[in-house]
Amino acid sequence: MQEKELSDIFKKEYSNLVAVLCHYYGVHDVQLAEDLVSETFVRAMRSWSHSGIPDSPKAWLRKVAQNKLKDHYRRQKTFDSKILPAVDESDRLAPAVEITDEIIEDSQLRMIFVVCDPALGGESQICLALRILCGFNIDEIATALLSNKEAINKKLYRAKKAIKSWEQFETSLSREAYAGRLDSVLRVIYLLFSEGYYSSVNEESIRHDICCYAMRLGVFLTRHEVFPKPKIHALLALMCFHASRLDARSSGNNGDILYDQQDRSLWNTELIQKGETYLNRAAQGEIVSKYHIEAAIAYWHTVSDEGKWERILQLYNKLLILEYSPIIALNRTYALAKANSVEEAIREAQKLALEDSHHYHCLLAELYRMNGERDRERGYLASALELAIKKSEKELIRNKLELAERCMSDKNSGD
Amino acid sequence: MMLFHSEPNPDFNPTPEQIQAEMKRWQDWMGSIGAQGKLKSPGEGLGYQGKTMHADGSITDGPYAEVKEIIGGFIIVSAEGVDEAIQLAIGCPALGNGGKVEVRDIMDYESMAAEG
Repeated sequence: MQEKELSDIFKKEYSNLVAVLCHYYGVHDVQLAEDLVSETFVRAMRSWSHSGIPDSPKAWLRKVAQNKLKDHYRRQKTFDSKILPAVDESDRLAPAVEITDEIIEDSQLRMIFVVCDPALGGESQICLALRILCGFNIDEIATALLSNKEAINKKLYRAKKAIKSWEQFETSLSREAYAGRLDSVLRVIYLLFSEGYYSSVNEESIRHDICCYAMRLGVFLTRHEVFPKPKIHALLALMCFHASRLDARSSGNNGDILYDQQDRSLWNTELIQKGETYLNRAAQGEIVSKYHIEAAIAYWHTVSDEGKWERILQLYNKLLILEYSPIIALNRTYALAKANSVEEAIREAQKLALEDSHHYHCLLAELYRMNGERDRERGYLASALELAIKKSEKELIRNKLELAERCMSDKNSGD
Repeated sequence: MMLFHSEPNPDFNPTPEQIQAEMKRWQDWMGSIGAQGKLKSPGEGLGYQGKTMHADGSITDGPYAEVKEIIGGFIIVSAEGVDEAIQLAIGCPALGNGGKVEVRDIMDYESMAAEG
């Protein structure tokens, strides 16, 4: 078995097992569940390095986790009822612990809704989701979120403490309560996906994993009757369209390749088709959520017809009328240049008041490049370079800057 | 709040292309305000039907009282003051159709109560 496969199993089973243990033990003690699962993994590592990986590592892990939980129950009972002399008494009291696919589904669903509690705040939700739903270790989370181990540990600690006080989750949530939290869950999945898609950390595998896990959670939600489907399908469509370009996007050695320069043969047509299917399903019903609009934009990006830019511009307009976001505002301005005129886009860009963002300077540089004003392009690239923090982004800007300078010197020597 | 005044022209029968172009102008303009993070509410467009109730209880046809101008719609923007808001009105399609944009401040009762 490949190392990668094995780490996938660990990641996936981590979230499965933590969810199931919480199902039996209660979500108020996520830490306990995590400890038991970690012990299970340590056990696996020791045992497997002697005897090799078993035929069904999943079943092995589940069995061991099951026993760990049983042991824990027994110890807990003993401790709780010290005055009772008979240990076997408490043995009989230990509930039957079962780990089946069905129970995993139930517990995972519950776990998703625990993690996505709106009271937690965005960053904590993402940290917890990566840890508990995606099985990432602290190092990986720190890398993914451009943070350090200590900060992530602190965040996780605080978040888990907050969960501890949610006794109401012990009694199972009603159908309505689940459905009512759906928006918050979708937001976390969306953020999770964006984190994977846009973050330019060097480790490609982590980014792909995050995107995959976000999509897995989305697919998972579609399997449950309780939820109204259109928004879930719209979000899935959006993720499929974006994911179809992941390979093309990350095929550069120095940072991301942006849309215009991507090699289209690297786009994943299967995912594009899936996205179309989900988008069609999302159209059932009356709701037009921001996921619908964003999915439609992502769809148009897969089309090579030039007339698409007017559609994309109108969709961005709609999105911004619905809700402001700086990134959407910048993207809209680019679409404006393509659909209306570069001059108009430059005028509009200057109204955005996003001077602190390097994306803003990159956008203006690009607009001036389209307008043939290489000296201005260079000026904006230089300020973008100062503002950018991520190494890969700096690299990308530096490359553009060199190109702009070369063009200028060619022009000058030609004069 | 921006109020869009216009004079209804009963003889104007726009072609689908004209309607489309007019819609695009409005969407682009509102999208621009949205892109600046200053659109608080996209408001509503108003139709031409309406009646007016007068103080004496009489009812007249039409939304317009004495002037022939009517209010065609409104949006709410967030701005530091009326001056900033009026700058946002630049490019408003209502102006292109011989209409006017009226900017009014919205009273903030909560902060008034807090102040005094």
